[in-house]
Amino acid sequence: MGILQNILEQFINGLRSGSIYALIALGYTMVYGIAKMINFAHGDIIMVGAYALYVGLSILHLPAILAILLSLVVCTIFGVVIERVAYKPLRSAPPLAVLITAIGVSFLLQSVSLLIFGATPIPQESIVKFAGIKIGGLSISGITVVTLIVTTICMISLTWFIQKTKMGSAMRAVAEDKGAAELMGIDVNKTISLTFAIGSALASIAGILYVCQYQSLKPTLGAMPGIKAFVAAVLGGIGSVPGAMLGGIILGLIESLSKAYISTELSDAIVFGILVLVLLIKPSGLLGKIRKEKV
Amino acid sequence: MALLEVKNLGISFGGLRAVDDFNITIEKGCLYGLIGPNGAGKTTVFNMLTGVYLPTDGSILLDGTNLVGKNPAQICQSGVARTFQNIRLFGKMTVLDNVKVALHNEYNYSLASGLLHLGKYKKTEAAMDQRALEILDVFGMKEYAGLLASNLPYGEQRKLEIARALATNPKLLLLDEPAAGMNPNETAELMDTIRFIRNKFEITILLIEHDMKLVTGICEKLTVLNFGTELTTGTPEVVLNDPEVITAYLGE
Amino acid sequence: MKNKQIDKQLIKNLAIIVIVFAAIEFLLYGDLLTRQFRSLLIPVCINVILAVSLNLTTGFLGELTLGHAGFMSVGAYTGALVTMNLNLPMIIEFPIALIAGGLVASLFGVIIGVPVLRLRGDYLAIVTLAFGEIIKSIINSLKITNGAMGLSNIELHGNYKNFGYVFFLTVITIFAIKNMVNSRQGRAVCSIRDNYIAAEAVGINVSKFKVMAFVVAAFFAGIAGVIYGHNVGTLKPTTFDYNKSIEILVIVVLGGMGSIKGSVIAAIILTILPEMLRSADEFRMFLYAVVLIAMMIFNSSQIKQRILSSDIFLKLKKTKKEA
Repeated sequence: MGILQNILEQFINGLRSGSIYALIALGYTMVYGIAKMINFAHGDIIMVGAYALYVGLSILHLPAILAILLSLVVCTIFGVVIERVAYKPLRSAPPLAVLITAIGVSFLLQSVSLLIFGATPIPQESIVKFAGIKIGGLSISGITVVTLIVTTICMISLTWFIQKTKMGSAMRAVAEDKGAAELMGIDVNKTISLTFAIGSALASIAGILYVCQYQSLKPTLGAMPGIKAFVAAVLGGIGSVPGAMLGGIILGLIESLSKAYISTELSDAIVFGILVLVLLIKPSGLLGKIRKEKV
Repeated sequence: MALLEVKNLGISFGGLRAVDDFNITIEKGCLYGLIGPNGAGKTTVFNMLTGVYLPTDGSILLDGTNLVGKNPAQICQSGVARTFQNIRLFGKMTVLDNVKVALHNEYNYSLASGLLHLGKYKKTEAAMDQRALEILDVFGMKEYAGLLASNLPYGEQRKLEIARALATNPKLLLLDEPAAGMNPNETAELMDTIRFIRNKFEITILLIEHDMKLVTGICEKLTVLNFGTELTTGTPEVVLNDPEVITAYLGE
Repeated sequence: MKNKQIDKQLIKNLAIIVIVFAAIEFLLYGDLLTRQFRSLLIPVCINVILAVSLNLTTGFLGELTLGHAGFMSVGAYTGALVTMNLNLPMIIEFPIALIAGGLVASLFGVIIGVPVLRLRGDYLAIVTLAFGEIIKSIINSLKITNGAMGLSNIELHGNYKNFGYVFFLTVITIFAIKNMVNSRQGRAVCSIRDNYIAAEAVGINVSKFKVMAFVVAAFFAGIAGVIYGHNVGTLKPTTFDYNKSIEILVIVVLGGMGSIKGSVIAAIILTILPEMLRSADEFRMFLYAVVLIAMMIFNSSQIKQRILSSDIFLKLKKTKKEA
């Protein structure tokens, strides 16, 4: 009973962090699908979201719901502005230049937050007041329950948006063929902005959930979850929305179980080892497809 | 024995049969043309001959040795060189270096010599320079040697691609639409050059071309490809008067 | 005639090296440098070696590498363990450490060669990042490397008193990479960057030369690591994280990808400048970020084209040529 319960607990922990990874991975995968670039700064949008929540709650003393809204709006604006200012001038540049710029933006966000808020971690109380539930001998914390519910809602509505709405089908069209989509009268610039906006809003939600879980803020808080979410996106097949969700959950489970049963120090190595293996064995990931260069 | 013997060559992409039951035999020293409407599978044939695509079935024999299953670099070393329909030069390297890259396998020295510029380095590099300049001279491009390849005018870029392919010392040279985008004067000049290099370097040439003046002007034999299958083979006069070929190009 | 030109260039380069070396030695022996500057001499050399070697994979092979610090850490730990466990005079021990550090790092270059063979571009960049993180977390969990505590009490062989030694190694690195780029191996590497399909088509074994570039770059990064360990005296796994890799990348980007001279100059500037500005650490990251973004946007914008083709620039170039 004890072992089983322990495994179950780790499983639920993994599900929680995995669903956060999935939220972030969605941003990577959508942007990659549409702009064919790895938005390295995506992880740092999580950090922006977390700090925006902190500013709303502890500095402006807003009610929780307004602070959440503030965080969402700030992240969305950041996402769109970053695309317009830093990435758009490089649409026809070689991929290497775009990737380096994205790394630059990531560094910029971190260093600006370092200059404003300092390097010392800032404590921030969770906004989730719900105490959690008990099933048999198993207790699930409130933040875990909230995280699972919120991420499920996000994923279902995103899938609906992409599959059923006009803007969603515009996004799919641009991802398939930018030039052809433009000829069909789709505003490519607007669609790309929209993609960045949605991705950043999801990152903001991830940031809020992250703060409620760890209750502490520092400028680099988005870097690791960001990179791991990228691993999740690759695992699921970059460019594929269901792939990002699946990859995120699987990665969270693997990480949680290897932390509990193998070694805390090596859990990062295991996560990254998986990335290398996936890319070697099936570079298209679990649900993705890869296009070959035409000769 | 023929230089190139291709039998029952075919390739499928997923469910699509891009080339089916393709046969071609090219005698040594021949100037051979592969023609057909757009999308007939001509470049796909080139890609199979050079190892870019692995054929689903069939055999490719060059001088009696099998090429199927070798990678592009190995096939090049076996004696097949090519140019590309969409020019693929080493843009950030000089014209001279573009040719010297192709001399890579013929002139050798170790990494240690390369790192330290000792041993065979100086002598080999001097020999490579001389050989590369000789080849460029054939195309009248000697004075461009120090320019970046991407700064060359379009016509010269096409010529440099041929020069680079020749530098690998091939038995068989594949030219993928060498006259694409050239004006009539340039095309006429190109025809002379192709004939000249065939004689000077004693090679065999297989070319894809849409320009019928060039095809009838220099090709000794033609194969027509349509919808991935061979329509007919023969001398230009016979092939181009074939009613089936005319239908394939112009429709019913 | 061409050979004579090369020789002239070589003599000019050697003259510059001797003058720079003599000047620094003069300042050192005359005790004319502040402590801060003296302590920067070796880090400048280390960064030059790192940047020039990273330029081989990122600038000449054209594959973004985000795990260069990983190779450096492997070299640093190997070198430190060699000198800590051998009880030989420094003059014998240190060269052994350098070679061992370089070789073990290049062994890791071979290992990363496996993904390098199959991937390109964005994916490969991420794999190199992952590779650096894997190395870090393995070093973090090994006993021989003393885990998160790291190694301390490494004998100080690489500090400013041995500047001559380190300077010599730096010069060797610069020449080796420069020579390689101007050799058949280097041409093969550059041809892969410019068009790998065409490179294959002219008979270049693309896999071999991609791995070769990584192995050579890793070797020199390993050497830089050995010098680092013996300059600072302590090693911690966290020193060699992703941020360190980016720091080296920033140098290469600022100096110009594919320019060795640029890497050397940028390494000097970017090592000294942040130290001279107060509140260095917070400002350094900001500086790096701005350099990365500005360089990339500048490079692909119209502004650069306009400057390059403007009358003033052409005149400047002309007068330079005439002189």
